[in-house]
Amino acid sequence: MQRIYLDYAATTPVLPEVLEAMVPYFSGEFGNASGVYSWSRTARQALDQARDQVAKVLGAQPEEIVFTGGGSESDNLAIKGAAWAYRDRGRHIITSAIEHHAVLEACHWLEGQGFEVTYLPVNGEGLVDPQSVKEALRPDTILVTIMHANNEVGTIQPIAEIGEIVRDTKAVFHTDAVQTAGVLDINVDHLNVDLLTLSGHKLYGPKGVGALYVRKGTRLVPMIHGGGHERRRRAGTENVPGIVGLARALEITHSERESENARLQALRDKLISGLSAIPYTRVNGSLAQRLPNNVNVCFEFIEGESLLLTLDMRGVAASSGSACTSGSLEPSHVLLAMGLPHEIAHGSLRLTLGRGTTEADVDYVLGEIPQIVERLRAMSPLYRG
Amino acid sequence: MYSEKVMEHFQNPRNVGEIDDASGVGEVGNARCGDIMKLWIKVEDGIIKDIKFKTFGCGAAIATSSMVTELALGKTLEEAEQISNQAVAEALDGLPPIKMHCSNLAADALHAAIQDYRRRNG
Ligand code: FES
Repeated sequence: MQRIYLDYAATTPVLPEVLEAMVPYFSGEFGNASGVYSWSRTARQALDQARDQVAKVLGAQPEEIVFTGGGSESDNLAIKGAAWAYRDRGRHIITSAIEHHAVLEACHWLEGQGFEVTYLPVNGEGLVDPQSVKEALRPDTILVTIMHANNEVGTIQPIAEIGEIVRDTKAVFHTDAVQTAGVLDINVDHLNVDLLTLSGHKLYGPKGVGALYVRKGTRLVPMIHGGGHERRRRAGTENVPGIVGLARALEITHSERESENARLQALRDKLISGLSAIPYTRVNGSLAQRLPNNVNVCFEFIEGESLLLTLDMRGVAASSGSACTSGSLEPSHVLLAMGLPHEIAHGSLRLTLGRGTTEADVDYVLGEIPQIVERLRAMSPLYRG
Repeated sequence: MYSEKVMEHFQNPRNVGEIDDASGVGEVGNARCGDIMKLWIKVEDGIIKDIKFKTFGCGAAIATSSMVTELALGKTLEEAEQISNQAVAEALDGLPPIKMHCSNLAADALHAAIQDYRRRNG
């Protein structure tokens, strides 16, 4: 049976060139970058080079890049670190209802510490209105955090515009660019951001490594104490192979993004129009402001987990926002924030394409899904076909 | 994460459908995750002669629905009333802890259908 992976928004395979760049630093050049001997020099050079590579893609200075243990850590460092650093100036934070859990949970934790958080709504397409940010800003707002693109429905937020609004205030502006790094322009001056989160494994790099861009002059209280690493912003011996891999992966995906985006977008649109032809199906998220690899639809009258299980039996890996697939038995907070009723959010399917996706894969899936939906509907008490 | 038995019932659910001239119908909704199961029974001489279900829910919900119909078919109403959530889960070689409430749904639907039958024939 063929195996088709359509969950690239969850994680990606490490590219061979990336793996090759990482390999020397596991065993041969294993040195701790903090020492004074030659092993350390090699490790330090590799770190410096990686930092330069990442900075270049972001249009930033190398000293503005902090390497971390992943996207969730970067989000936590940005949000808790900035909140703590600026808590004497105010205690108000603005975010959106559709952020990744790493952002939402960090905000919830801060609420317990005496901070106040405004969760901005989104419209039916999953977009944040910049005007709503403007209206929510207060003299005591210290941080605004809005994701660059949503991981579930792929909507691309007007970050540059929001950044322009926030820049006129004293608040710092963070964006989680985990889904857009290597896909869209993430130049920090174009986006007008002070803090930006990246993750290695979403862009064909390794898991367990991420980065946080910290604009010069932006203060952060570190979360991990223990040494002078990363300019005292993140203690811990640097994960040299991981960092080298992240930087190489970002460099490759960023430089190849235009042609890859065009290829994926064509496949995405073929999938969306093919799936939309199934009766009682709706497409979630904006069609115009959308990641080139994201397909998210709801099939009414059926439930997402049974859809995923059936797809898996036919070799296809995908994901769903159904309550039954979540550990909390709550449906996707993103779909609910977009105004979808529970029972419809239940039948959501996310297919995210990537470098390994071919037209044959798309055709196969388009052949299978209508039958699967039909079969599950025949079993559903809600369906009166 | 599911047992082979769950997957087997999910893939080949027994007794899917509706009974037009049913003697009792039970419909239950699952407050936990918002799923729905509907079950029809045909009773003759106090015995469940036919049984059918339709379920809107996860793999475990479909498998437990299928299993409960298999367990109840041919049983007397009294016997069928004794079928517990636990028995359904055990017959499927167990369910992941987070899915235990789905077996709830299946046994509840069966009991609701029997109650409906008793009400009609009360
Ligand atoms: S029906 Fe929702 S978890 Fe089983």
